[in-house]
Amino acid sequence: MRPVAFEPVTPALIRELKEIVGDDAVVVREDIPEEYSHDEMAPVRGWPEVAVFPGNTDEVSRIMALAHGAGVPVTTRGAGTGLMGGATAVEGGILLVTTRMDRVLEVDEANMVARVQPGVVLLTFAEEMEERGFLYAPDPGEKSATIGGNVMTNAGGMRAIKYGVTRDHVRGMEVVLSDGHVLRLGGKVAKNASGYNLMHLMIGSEGTLGVVTEITVRLLPLPEVLTTLLVPFQSPTDAVGMVPILGKAGIIPQALEFFRDDVLDSSTDYLGRPFPHHGAPAYLMMRLEASSRQEMERFIDRAGRLCLEGGADDVLIADTAERQATLWDARGAFLEALGWTDIDECDVVVPRDAMAEMMLYSDEVSREVGLTFSSFGHAGDGNMHINILRGDLPEEEWIARRDRAMELLYARCASLGGMVSGEHGIGYSKRGYLREHTDPMELELMRRVKESFDPRGILNPGKIIPGMEAEGN
Amino acid sequence: MIAIEITVLIKQVPLTGEVEVDPETGNLVREGVASQTNPYDLHALEAALQIRERLGGTVTALSMGPPQAEATLREAYSMGADRGILLSDRAFAGADTLATAYTLSRALERIPFDLVLAGMQTTDGDTAQVGPGVAEFFGMPHASYVAEILDVAPGGVRVLVDAGDREAEMLLSTPALLTLTRRANGPRLPSFKLRLATADREVQTWTLADLEGDAGGDIAGQRYFGLDGSPTWVDRIFPPPANPERETWRGDAGELARRLVEALEGWRYL
Repeated sequence: MRPVAFEPVTPALIRELKEIVGDDAVVVREDIPEEYSHDEMAPVRGWPEVAVFPGNTDEVSRIMALAHGAGVPVTTRGAGTGLMGGATAVEGGILLVTTRMDRVLEVDEANMVARVQPGVVLLTFAEEMEERGFLYAPDPGEKSATIGGNVMTNAGGMRAIKYGVTRDHVRGMEVVLSDGHVLRLGGKVAKNASGYNLMHLMIGSEGTLGVVTEITVRLLPLPEVLTTLLVPFQSPTDAVGMVPILGKAGIIPQALEFFRDDVLDSSTDYLGRPFPHHGAPAYLMMRLEASSRQEMERFIDRAGRLCLEGGADDVLIADTAERQATLWDARGAFLEALGWTDIDECDVVVPRDAMAEMMLYSDEVSREVGLTFSSFGHAGDGNMHINILRGDLPEEEWIARRDRAMELLYARCASLGGMVSGEHGIGYSKRGYLREHTDPMELELMRRVKESFDPRGILNPGKIIPGMEAEGN
Repeated sequence: MIAIEITVLIKQVPLTGEVEVDPETGNLVREGVASQTNPYDLHALEAALQIRERLGGTVTALSMGPPQAEATLREAYSMGADRGILLSDRAFAGADTLATAYTLSRALERIPFDLVLAGMQTTDGDTAQVGPGVAEFFGMPHASYVAEILDVAPGGVRVLVDAGDREAEMLLSTPALLTLTRRANGPRLPSFKLRLATADREVQTWTLADLEGDAGGDIAGQRYFGLDGSPTWVDRIFPPPANPERETWRGDAGELARRLVEALEGWRYL
């Protein structure tokens, strides 16, 4: 597929957009707030020519039909909490913001599903479901994200070790195709063997295949008892080495996180709150769930003994909501505490038994390139967030060293059988690494998929697949 | 090491923050409710453990309650307490804050200590009366709402008291009793290692007979304990009504400040 040349947004097109969504829901270039030109981390900037805020599926459909006819690119955006530039309008055009579509349309308790619009905020939804006695299991760290964004990036999060990622909780969706056609995929059914599963193709497609306008997600019963164990280790490799041991012993925590003291300290400083333990070189933090207090006591006993045998200094028990909040609040602030501006992130995932090696190697790379890394990760699924900090380096030096670090890290990740992105996606920032570490045939198939969904290439151009964009990467 | 002997008063309370009240009887619903150590008391225990780590000595956890309150003392062991004593007797049941304070003060006569630490209040009763009551019955100096223990030395303790609208530094001669606010520290978590190590350690249970024991004629008999010793009669317990009315004001700071002052004057708060 050749690079696509796009048409500009004309005053006539803006008038038509206003007719579709109303004057208030269209913002033209100079009036678009700065925050809509980037996401939360990627240094990628892109000003849309016009931002539209549709309120329903019909409006989205008409916007797409219009853009398709005019050859204008459309970038869909939720809360803009991505980290890879996926929701940034790098080719200008229309920014389609879903935040007005924020209604929970139905909670079907019998089928244990909910139908939501894409702009529903994750935290609000999860809390609302909890009040009704249900667990919405996907648990990405960024709670102000929208469910639509979560679905389109197949967001992971802490509970993935037990419950899987967002993909595992989507039952159906309504999607608007690039020409405005409205398609329903899946439904409330628990199984589906009816031909190619286009819904799963749509999930994680980062807005390059369609615009999701409604999502049916599954709900689970709330676990009865939760307890979090904080396990300090002297050796980081002992800490990650515990993960397969616990798994084999049948301890499947709801979340299993790994971090080091530097990240912990910066987070607790940032929050200005006491944390119940300091000074260990490495920590595991696991949230266990059980159906009764007695069962929980058995889990604690088994996990506790295994950890002590595996070299843990101790196993600290947070058994009340308050105690657990102290721990998870600190975990939740890791990324924020690093500050947004001068970091880049390597979101690799490796088989979990290779995590220790990947971690030791990242220490090596940090020394070699002379940059500080701040690493933490979802130990339970081998997904590491290696944050590369700029410090006070001048721009050129920072970029050179960062690129070298990324190159080394992704190369080792590939040789360990890992993938370029565990959960933050490819977006704009990681296209080059995807190209480098993916079989050319697989990339070619991705291109053909893209072409069949979006022959004019107007949906979120410049993302995921290298070669689709006008300029190289 | 100068070895400070500390007794910490701890109470087992219902786990949930939302204490349910039986609308018929006005009593707290305790059946079937999971329990925890009163969160305020954890700060007292933490303060005691930190003093012990610095100066040496022993930490005794003292609780009053039904036999299952032993769990709260076991938890104190897993946080580092050296000794646990549970005051448990049918004669202690139904005690109000006065009878509870009296009972605890009697028990303290049998425990050597320099300092008694307690949480400033409990999450189920919210009275903040028991700590000071214990000190009064015992006849020792006390400070409530201690936000920080500044210095502990033989014979005295210097503390920072958070009185809400102002702070005060106080010097108390020991033995003394302090009730701590949640500002005092961040409590440590129970340790699995200590739980294993203290699994066989006994939690002593003291009954009315134990308190009467060698106190001889000094003790005032059963009428000061439990329901008999409780002049408080609960007519009704109810959560304070929440006021759902909200107003949002927008404007510049000066204008908003003027408006606020006017409103406060209107409500006669100023």
